[in-house]
Amino acid sequence: MSDKEIDQPTGVETTGHEWDGIKELNNPLPRWWLIILWISIVWSVVYWILMPSWPGISGHFAGIRGHSDRENVAIAISALETERSAQMQQLKSVSSINDIESDPQLLQFVLEAGESMFGDNCATCHGAGGQGFKGYPALVDDAWLWGGTLDNISKTLHHGIRSTHPESRLSVMQAYGELGVFNGDQINDMVEYVVNLSGRDANADAVARATPLYQQQCVSCHGVDGTGDQTQGAPNLTDAIWLYGGERSEIYETIKNGREGVMPHWTDRLTDEQITALAVYVHSLGGGE
Amino acid sequence: MLDRHEILEKRGLLLSVAILVVVAIGGIVEIAPLFYLESTIEKVKGVRPYSPLELAGRNIYLREGCYTCHSQMVRPLRDEVERYGHYSLAAESMYDHPFQWGSKRTGPDLARVGGKYSDAWHQQHLVDPRSVVPESVMPPYAMLNERALDYSQVEAWLKANRVVGVPYTDEMIENAKNDLEAQVDPFSEIYDDFIARYPKAQIREFDGDPRKITEMDAMIAYLQVLGTMVDFSTYEAEENYR
Ligand code: HEC
Ligand code: HEC
Ligand code: HEC
Repeated sequence: MSDKEIDQPTGVETTGHEWDGIKELNNPLPRWWLIILWISIVWSVVYWILMPSWPGISGHFAGIRGHSDRENVAIAISALETERSAQMQQLKSVSSINDIESDPQLLQFVLEAGESMFGDNCATCHGAGGQGFKGYPALVDDAWLWGGTLDNISKTLHHGIRSTHPESRLSVMQAYGELGVFNGDQINDMVEYVVNLSGRDANADAVARATPLYQQQCVSCHGVDGTGDQTQGAPNLTDAIWLYGGERSEIYETIKNGREGVMPHWTDRLTDEQITALAVYVHSLGGGE
Repeated sequence: MLDRHEILEKRGLLLSVAILVVVAIGGIVEIAPLFYLESTIEKVKGVRPYSPLELAGRNIYLREGCYTCHSQMVRPLRDEVERYGHYSLAAESMYDHPFQWGSKRTGPDLARVGGKYSDAWHQQHLVDPRSVVPESVMPPYAMLNERALDYSQVEAWLKANRVVGVPYTDEMIENAKNDLEAQVDPFSEIYDDFIARYPKAQIREFDGDPRKITEMDAMIAYLQVLGTMVDFSTYEAEENYR
């Protein structure tokens, strides 16, 4: 490359490479491109110095700025907590729904926080608006399995239902068919009894046959009149609201196989104040007592 | 000096060696410290190797490519921590080979999904995602319910993990089959031994069908343990700022 050849027509030096008489021009790289290249190189050196970069023997060079993502997120979260602390403090001492409803500012805060937490944690089971799915109760209506007061809702959220929490709400709707308590005919009779309870037309003979069985097996939870018992999470069988469906086939399945809906507990994931906010939100969905 | 690139460009072998040297510098700087730096993995209690059933579930997770839509990495960002819980620690994936951090979130992050849902919900959601989340784009995996779990190779799975550094003991490998069966049987005779080997493992009939061990059992057992192992009361956040 010592004696550079100049290409005559263009006046640009060639690289000296030649293919079948065609020579490559050694045009300089575009200036803007070179400037960006040099700036990038300088920036990378600056970045090495400012930010955590090179590993060492027992740790890493933390950079002059001492940047730490984990510290930053801790700061961001504590800032958020400070911002919310006044309301969270108020929530700690809340004893009844009236305390919150009488304070419009607090109520608005709680409903907004509750709505966003509901979207993150609850909507996948209870539906985006709390409308529920088969097996996952609607939270917008007045029908409650375990009670719709703020206290009841809050307890349900803290400890869950048939969850892994030691204080979980527990009860069993046992598998009367699978366990051999009833045979198929008896289950069919019982289905008619339940259909009758809910105020629909049912086979009167079957209802009569099932009456003693109901008295024996079911009253302790669902009550003599079938209106249920919230201390045991036993649903009201006389209304048109069904957790597992009100078709005869669905009721048959419930009695034959039993039902044990599980609602996780939230003490591990959410703080007490967050749970209170959620409970108020659920309470506000329409059915709060 | 700048004119001498011909020396490299005209000698293929020399060029290859030079490329190797340059690339190796990057590799050494990034990878080598991981082998000797103690500080890369936080010292926390609770993280244990996956139980055989959880490992089987993890294998299905890989087989089905769940990682193409789900990450397992809560990044240290405020909004993620608010939504998913504590940011992920290196210690939490130290027994993951390969790790499942992922890079695509079509669905939510799963790093802390353990305990968030009931087994029944997972089952229903995997069989038919749109029956619980009407707007979901997740494909159904109903066959997990039907397919019996093939765990004839379970000892080999544990051994392979041991080769890459997971501390499975001889005892764990020997008992792998029994341990796998014990995790879906609350009345198992080896309950205590199993729990001693895999502390805090959740033992139950995950798919609600005691008649056979299905791929659904394994998948749910795996999902339910995700993000639940670390005992955060032993985690010194400030010592591990980075
Ligand atoms: C894994 C699915 C699941 C998730 C997630 C879930 N729930 Fe539930 N929830 C249930 C089931 C199932 C029941 C009914 C349990 C039963 O059958 O007794 C229930 C019951 C309830 C009840 C009691 C209803 C009544 O009639 O007494 C409330 C209140 C409730 N959930 C609120 C919430 C809130 C708030 C969240 C979010 C923090 C949430 N749930 C998250 C499944 C879930
Ligand atoms: C030990 C208490 C208990 C007894 C006894 C009991 N149940 Fe239940 N039952 C429940 C509970 C709790 C539920 C709700 C299960 C759930 O939420 O998963 C339920 C649910 C039901 C449902 C479903 C309601 C719906 O909304 O879908 C029907 C139907 C029912 N029971 C019928 C009966 C009949 C018939 C008997 C008697 C043979 C009976 N139960 C005995 C506790 C009981
Ligand atoms: C095509 C992308 C896609 C694939 C593949 C996929 N998912 Fe999903 N997943 C989603 C989406 C989107 C959601 C959110 C909507 C929903 O809950 O269904 C989701 C939600 C979930 C959730 C609930 C998470 C939460 O916190 O609400 C779980 C658990 C889950 N997926 C597990 C799996 C498993 C296990 C596999 C592999 C067998 C898998 N997914 C494969 C897209 C996917």
